[in-house]
Amino acid sequence: MLLIRCPHCGERPEPEFAYGGEAHIARPADPAAVSDDDWAAYLYLRTNAKGVHAERWRHTRGCGRFFNALRDTTTDRFIATYKSGEKRPEGLR
Amino acid sequence: MSVARLPTGGQVGRDRTLRFSFDGKSYEGLQGDTLASALLANGVHLVGRSFKYHRPRGIMTAGPEEPSALVTVRRDAARSTPNLRATQVELYDGLCAVSQNRWPSLRFDLGRLTELFSPLLPAGFYYKTFMWPRTAWHQLYEPLIRRMAGLGEAPLLPDPDRYAQQHAHCEVLVVGAGPAGLAAALAASRSGARVILCDERPRFGGSLLCDDRSRIDGLAATEWVTAAIAELAQNPRVRLLPRTTAFGYFPHNHLGLSERITDHLAEPPAGLARERLWQVRAQQVVLATGSIEQPLVFPGNDRPGVMLAGAALRYLKEQAVMPGRRVVIVTICDSAYRVAFEMQAAGARVAAIIDLRPDPSPAQPDGWQQRLRQAGIAVETAARVLRTRGRGHVSAVEIGRLDAAGLPTGQRSIDCDLLLVAGGFVPSVHLFSQSRGKLRYDEALQTYLPGDSAESERSAGACRGLLSGLAAALQDGAAAGAAAANASGCAGEEPRFEIIEDSTAATAGRLPRAEAAVSGPKAFVDFQHDVMLKDLDLAMREGFRSIEHIKRYTTTGMATDQGKTSNVNALHHAARGLGKPVPSVGLTTFRMPYTPITFASFAGQARGEIFDPVRRTPMHGWAVRQGAVFEDVGMWKRARFFPRSGEDMHAAVARECRAVREGCGVFDASTLGKIVVAGPGATAFMDRFYVNDWSKLAVGRCKYGVLLRDDGFVYDDGVVARLAEDRFHVTTTTGGAARVLAMMEDYRQTEWTDLDVWLTSTTEQWAVIAVQGPRARELLAPLVDGLDISAAALPHMAVVHGTLRGMPMMLFRVSFTGELGFEVNVPSDQGAAALDAICEAGKALGLTPYGTETMHVLRAEKGFIIIGQDTDGTVTPDDVGLTWAIGKAKPDFVGKRALARPAMHAPDRKQLVGLLTRDPRVVLEEGAQVVDVPGQAPPMKLIGHVTSSYASATLGRSIALAVVAGGRARIGQTLHVPMPGGEIPVEVCAPVFYDPKGARLNV
Ligand SMILES: [Zn+2]
Repeated sequence: MLLIRCPHCGERPEPEFAYGGEAHIARPADPAAVSDDDWAAYLYLRTNAKGVHAERWRHTRGCGRFFNALRDTTTDRFIATYKSGEKRPEGLR
Repeated sequence: MSVARLPTGGQVGRDRTLRFSFDGKSYEGLQGDTLASALLANGVHLVGRSFKYHRPRGIMTAGPEEPSALVTVRRDAARSTPNLRATQVELYDGLCAVSQNRWPSLRFDLGRLTELFSPLLPAGFYYKTFMWPRTAWHQLYEPLIRRMAGLGEAPLLPDPDRYAQQHAHCEVLVVGAGPAGLAAALAASRSGARVILCDERPRFGGSLLCDDRSRIDGLAATEWVTAAIAELAQNPRVRLLPRTTAFGYFPHNHLGLSERITDHLAEPPAGLARERLWQVRAQQVVLATGSIEQPLVFPGNDRPGVMLAGAALRYLKEQAVMPGRRVVIVTICDSAYRVAFEMQAAGARVAAIIDLRPDPSPAQPDGWQQRLRQAGIAVETAARVLRTRGRGHVSAVEIGRLDAAGLPTGQRSIDCDLLLVAGGFVPSVHLFSQSRGKLRYDEALQTYLPGDSAESERSAGACRGLLSGLAAALQDGAAAGAAAANASGCAGEEPRFEIIEDSTAATAGRLPRAEAAVSGPKAFVDFQHDVMLKDLDLAMREGFRSIEHIKRYTTTGMATDQGKTSNVNALHHAARGLGKPVPSVGLTTFRMPYTPITFASFAGQARGEIFDPVRRTPMHGWAVRQGAVFEDVGMWKRARFFPRSGEDMHAAVARECRAVREGCGVFDASTLGKIVVAGPGATAFMDRFYVNDWSKLAVGRCKYGVLLRDDGFVYDDGVVARLAEDRFHVTTTTGGAARVLAMMEDYRQTEWTDLDVWLTSTTEQWAVIAVQGPRARELLAPLVDGLDISAAALPHMAVVHGTLRGMPMMLFRVSFTGELGFEVNVPSDQGAAALDAICEAGKALGLTPYGTETMHVLRAEKGFIIIGQDTDGTVTPDDVGLTWAIGKAKPDFVGKRALARPAMHAPDRKQLVGLLTRDPRVVLEEGAQVVDVPGQAPPMKLIGHVTSSYASATLGRSIALAVVAGGRARIGQTLHVPMPGGEIPVEVCAPVFYDPKGARLNV
């Protein structure tokens, strides 16, 4: 059971959270202007990182808010968590 | 006095004897015995039959690693625990144990015959012998194997005991209370840290409990243990957990501990939980899990009377049990010598030490050779045990040397009744490995040690390879405890201990592990799974190269002991056989649990009624009183139908359907998901989220909303009411409520942060009573306190606020039946009262309760889809005929872009249609496949499947909905539904069977 630091509430156990997939994939502002291939990529293509991965979590059974996290997918170590809308922290491994 | 119990010594209570039985025979033991030590005290060595060959097996170890002495302990018919290691079962007065895997009795076991067929049961026999013919597997092989190969039997009655669960947090968790663990706990606790110390054994002390020669801080080792425990026990920030196995190491320093509370008690107090599952979240973990002595591999090494040397020492020192009188010790390391000295001192005759090493003495402490000579113990160097002899019990060993060609020379036989085996100690790295720490191979110890940590954890003492001596382990534990305290923000200091060590306690020396094994018949590597050296050889001959594959093929290390006494020997033998260094052969993975854990402790209180939360509507009691048959929909209990006396479901549903079509029916729709979307951005949010155009929806009106995912497929639906310019009351499917709200929150929080809107689940705020049928208005009108609910004032798809007999009410004019219909929403706590009022008023009109089954039939007659039944996540709005709902002028909504992809308009997409069987009495099976060309041989070309199918009382025939490739173009065609009894011809029709113009709605 992971221990996850919600940027709004602090450390809480994993069952309070829901995973939300890869972070920083913005829905195109004008979908009509996007090609079929690019739309398919937006829908389906993910980096599937081995190592540091920026991903979304939601504190479903807490404050209810989405936030982002950098997690090492090989060790489950959380390197950082940060609020939705903030830039991915740089230089963290 | 029992035959093998010494008159003095040990740490057993001698003031009272405990009676116990094994296989129905009565014996006596002492307080402080394990079942294993008590059996050995009584001269009982044969305690079980092996898994595959039913070979007689004895007690090999004194701890959790025991592969052979597995027993069932029975308290009563329901309290019977199989596969317990006799070495860990604490004796109590009246304990009743039975052996396993034997028939008809342990001494005379017919299953022993399987050994005659052992050439037929080689490695991988599951994969080879029983492959063909397929039917023989079910009828012959599997029942035979299940009878002949196996372990204990689980009780058939429900477990009557209670199991507790507890969470705990601490700065430092110390696993293992041997010298290193105790020292770590002392160091950490003195810093003020919260400390939890657990150990699987009933007493703390570990190896100190069988050390009566060393002294620590001026005290005898056992006295020092007592003093250490006393200091820890009086510290309120320390929690001591004996009889507690740390069985699992999970991410982020989350450990599972299993505490056995009552298993050692003769009469467990009523109400006391049998076990407690601890979930500990520790800032720092100190692993002080010790080491496990390994057996040696040679022919006949599984015979009762063959025992690990360290185990014999424990039985001698802890329980004053001498497991044999004439002892031969075979060893590859120094640890055997201490055992020899102690056995001899206690009165046994050590006939010989067989040491594989050509010259073991240089590394040994001064004085050993002299002591050996004085004691008259002969040491055979460069020698090995070539095989054992004995009927049932070992009576002699044949020893000798191997020449350069590997052939035995100089064989001779030595009589003995106990053969002690010292294959070297292996650090117990199970929990470290579970924590995903990296193991590294240590050439000196010829085994794996903890390397880089993955968690906030440190290993101390023997489990990190400090196998030589007490001082090293104690001081290492103290350092680890202090460091853990410091790392958790407390000021830890490392205590120094004054140690006078037993000079014979050295355990290592050189370890010629790779050459140790002796081939030949019945040379066992894995005792619990009956895997022999030749099975490993066969696997390698057949081309297996990785230890993970060899393990799976031979099943070595895959028994309930997870190879605690077999993995290392298997690994070394494989490395030798493959001509590769051990690290390149790999290492099998350690998994939780360290030792088996009861299912009940994981279940805890979550059993029976409270296994899973149950949601009941405010009118649940009413439905019970009406005799409803319930079905589970998600966590909800929903009334499925209301049978009257003598009715089956079919009859009840037919009656309920007629009542709704001809008069009026009442239905509990409270489980519908309800979400309020409110705020200045509410309309924009709804426009972006649902396919529909909401801007034109007038306040007080409703619309059928369709929700897609951004991949364009239908996700949910439901009626949406506009309660105010900036406020929508959204309903969802019963099962979709939570995921629709989650999806709304996702878009609101992460994509459309420009919108000022908030979302509130109101599912449980409202009780919803559907009143449906041509007489629904007539029924409700007198109840609504003067509110005008005429067709003009409240047309179809309108909503109005009012009161029902004084209760606040939102009244929706909506219909999922195709009839004139209303849904009365009242606050949940008034739902039962509102329903009573409606039912009272409905008596004169024949108001009939109906359930979800009737609701399904009525909606299918109208062609209304059910999400998840008629859709499956690959269905577009057009596929199910909902294109009309889409607000086409909108620039964007969730799913719009995906709908523009060409594949979403392919003419052969599966489309929702109706199917009418040629024979109106035949009701198709839901899920049945549809073909267009009859008479095909399999594999047939399938063009669709039935999604909904019912007997319609209204229409006097069966109806079905289906999704069929290019279905709308096939209306009027005959298709076929192939079933085991033959093909069923069906005619394709539009998916609306009743009142297609909706005349009955708009009245
Ligand atoms: Zn939070």
